[in-house]
Amino acid sequence: MIEMPVPDQRIIAKRDGIAQRLRRIVPAEQVIHAAEELKAYECDGLNAYRQPPMLVVLPDTTAQVSEIVKLCRSEGVPIVPRGSGTSLAGGSLPTADAVVLGLSRMKDVLETDYGNRTIRVQTGITNLAVTGAVQPDGFFYAPDPSSQLACAIGGNIAMNSGGAHCLKYGVTTNNLLGVTMVMADGEVLEFGGAHLDAGGYDFLSLICGSEGQLGICTEATLKILPAAEGARPMLFGFDTNEVAGEAVAAIIRAGLSPVALEFMDKPAITVSENFAKAGYPLDVEALLIVEVEGSEAEIDEQLTRIEAVVAPFSPSTVKRSSNDIESAKIWAGRKAAFGAIGQLADYICLDGCVPLSQLPDVLKQTAELAAKYDLKVANVFHAGDGNLHPLIMYEANDPDSSRKAEELGADLLRLCVEKDGCLTGEHGVGIEKRELMLTQFNERELRQQMAIKDVFDPSWMLNPAKVFPLSLSEPHVEDRRAA
Amino acid sequence: MMDTPDTEDGVAQILRDAVAASTPLEIRGGGTRLGLGRPVQAARTVSLAALDGITLYEPGELTLVAQAGMTLKALDDVLEGENQQLTFEPPDHRALLGTGGEPTLGGAIAVAASGPRRLRMGAARDAILGVRYVNGKGDILRAGGRVMKNVTGYDVPKLMCGAYGTLGIVTEIGLKVMPRSEVVKTVAIAGLPDGKAITALATALAMPCDVSAAAHLPDTVSRELGFSEAATLLRVEGFETQAAYRIERLTEALSDFGALRVIDSDPWVAIRDVMMFAGDDRAVWRLSMKATDAPLLVAALRERVGAEAFYDWGGGLVWIACEEGRDASEGAIRQSLAAVGGHATLIRASDAVRAAVPVFEPEVAPIARLSASLKLAFDPAGILNPGRMRA
Repeated sequence: MIEMPVPDQRIIAKRDGIAQRLRRIVPAEQVIHAAEELKAYECDGLNAYRQPPMLVVLPDTTAQVSEIVKLCRSEGVPIVPRGSGTSLAGGSLPTADAVVLGLSRMKDVLETDYGNRTIRVQTGITNLAVTGAVQPDGFFYAPDPSSQLACAIGGNIAMNSGGAHCLKYGVTTNNLLGVTMVMADGEVLEFGGAHLDAGGYDFLSLICGSEGQLGICTEATLKILPAAEGARPMLFGFDTNEVAGEAVAAIIRAGLSPVALEFMDKPAITVSENFAKAGYPLDVEALLIVEVEGSEAEIDEQLTRIEAVVAPFSPSTVKRSSNDIESAKIWAGRKAAFGAIGQLADYICLDGCVPLSQLPDVLKQTAELAAKYDLKVANVFHAGDGNLHPLIMYEANDPDSSRKAEELGADLLRLCVEKDGCLTGEHGVGIEKRELMLTQFNERELRQQMAIKDVFDPSWMLNPAKVFPLSLSEPHVEDRRAA
Repeated sequence: MMDTPDTEDGVAQILRDAVAASTPLEIRGGGTRLGLGRPVQAARTVSLAALDGITLYEPGELTLVAQAGMTLKALDDVLEGENQQLTFEPPDHRALLGTGGEPTLGGAIAVAASGPRRLRMGAARDAILGVRYVNGKGDILRAGGRVMKNVTGYDVPKLMCGAYGTLGIVTEIGLKVMPRSEVVKTVAIAGLPDGKAITALATALAMPCDVSAAAHLPDTVSRELGFSEAATLLRVEGFETQAAYRIERLTEALSDFGALRVIDSDPWVAIRDVMMFAGDDRAVWRLSMKATDAPLLVAALRERVGAEAFYDWGGGLVWIACEEGRDASEGAIRQSLAAVGGHATLIRASDAVRAAVPVFEPEVAPIARLSASLKLAFDPAGILNPGRMRA
């Protein structure tokens, strides 16, 4: 079990007074303090951990966010920023003495600028709504986390979110040009802008991926890109994970730049096929979905080249989509995978990354570790960038099963680090991987990162108990507050 | 006095000694970009030139890890062997700054050198997967890694890019690289005035044609590269049929602006390295701004300070040459830019002017305070390249 810090009862004792003062900043109904309503904010996508916050406040404007931050600072109240609450890492898990600052009312598109290919939004807007705003004019916003229907841009910035199509277009940090950020003291600052490069230190790169610990981004300027004419996938089946992994490397090495390169292992294929009837072969060990984009002729040529590159690896299945219906079918199983597994069991979705060359070995060891814990693991992941998503199936109602699943998850993440990879490719550290940070970094490296947090948030009031192991952060924060 | 350590431990030892003796250090790679930023006053110099090896290269993963002192030329040779390249097309500043030596990877990263391809593939910072560095206390630290996606902890590797060696001495850099295209073609429209040219570039960049570079050279500047009138340029890549198809679509979309012709020469190295302003004694500024604001700003500066200019990144990067005088027309340039947003960096001027004029865009007070605190967090003794970014 992941521990959370002991809440400060002196803060909780001031709850009603703080609620009253928050109601002077935003309309009364936008301050939530009834127990039954606070429950809606007790967890995010990592729903094994739940803790209702002291209060929730839902501002409409940057000025209100600034006032809220100033009030919380003067009262010593920690703030947990929250976009849509879809974090799989517990990135917006509240503490009992915290105010959750929710961005859900701040959803406006402020400006679209096709001449410079940018869009300015409030950060509570969902990822998909950004694309929705520019799609009629032939543009899209590239990062596409699978929660894109629900997840907020503010959360995407906090976690530096990626997605299936990041192989070609990059992750959030590569598509973020500027932010308006409310600092820990309530001051409102601009970082970056609508131009491509910011001057001075690259604060924007620190802010993106800082998990809401350096400030609260209320507005963002994002890059938008012209949408491709079309896209089509191709499906390959292989007899072993090793060969499938080699085929991935061969495609990339050949200079063919697919927009997506998705990998499913046998357990994932079986579950997805039974659920979605996508026509996946059941006698293979691994499936690759490779998608390319462009005009019809470009797509054909690219798929022909990919087929030729993969041929020496003797795929047992080769299916090339020739129209939208076939494309949808190839994607159907992949897209249904998480849902299908969810029908069978509760699951933990991990997010480690490994170098492609380590993929076969990591998959083999994953199976061995799963057997050791007597748990099932299915692998569905972005193979082009080595971003694994092992899904550990377990029984949430069975404490023993939950414990084993957490332990297996930790073992798998340690394995990723051992193989020269990392703990998290796109979900973030949150509370989930906080204590594992010392497997990836040594104490000095983490202290250097904590020194960055000190610069932005000297009293450590923003998103407490995330990212850094409590064994390091708690004494550090006590020392700072004492000094 | 110059040290050239050949191990990372050697770098750390020099730093620890420097802290103990309170000796500020100047950090250098190949020394080709020492004229960028403010002049550094330091008794000792640390050269990374002896840390010049490749740690890892996995062409099938588009991943390369190299030591900071590796020359870009050596790096390029290795990548070419696998038909790959850097994503950010780093400029070579030698001709513009009149320096010698060989540009290194560490130097390019330290000054965030990004060329024409930045438009399509991102800047130097976007290519960085991880770094090893020594902070101002002499601790050898890692950040990021060698995998393509990594959100484990704050993104310190990108912060090191463009920090001019003031936050740490980067010893090793992990990079994402990319395949070279089968075909690279440049197409041009002749004779457009600036405003129309920038609109033409925006029109091209709104097409799904993966245009990998977009520049406009006004009349006088274009002549330096052998054009007879203003040239609006697009670089189109892909495999043979793909490039042909893309040119066909662009031709159609840009028909209102004039005829699109494939040209035989490759102007992009000259544009990348700002060759049109090399070899004279004018001051050179680099402006990062919204492309749509650029033509009016350039027109105003032509009027006010006799500036000569050209545009890269679809107009989002403006290069300006003007008389150096006492202040390189700093006031006029920064005032015009302040009205529309963006930032200006003085790239070339004498040491005296670079010491007198803020080389980098002055930061608003709260951000300047953040910068100063961040510097302290990495380099509490203030020994790393003191004065390079700010006084």
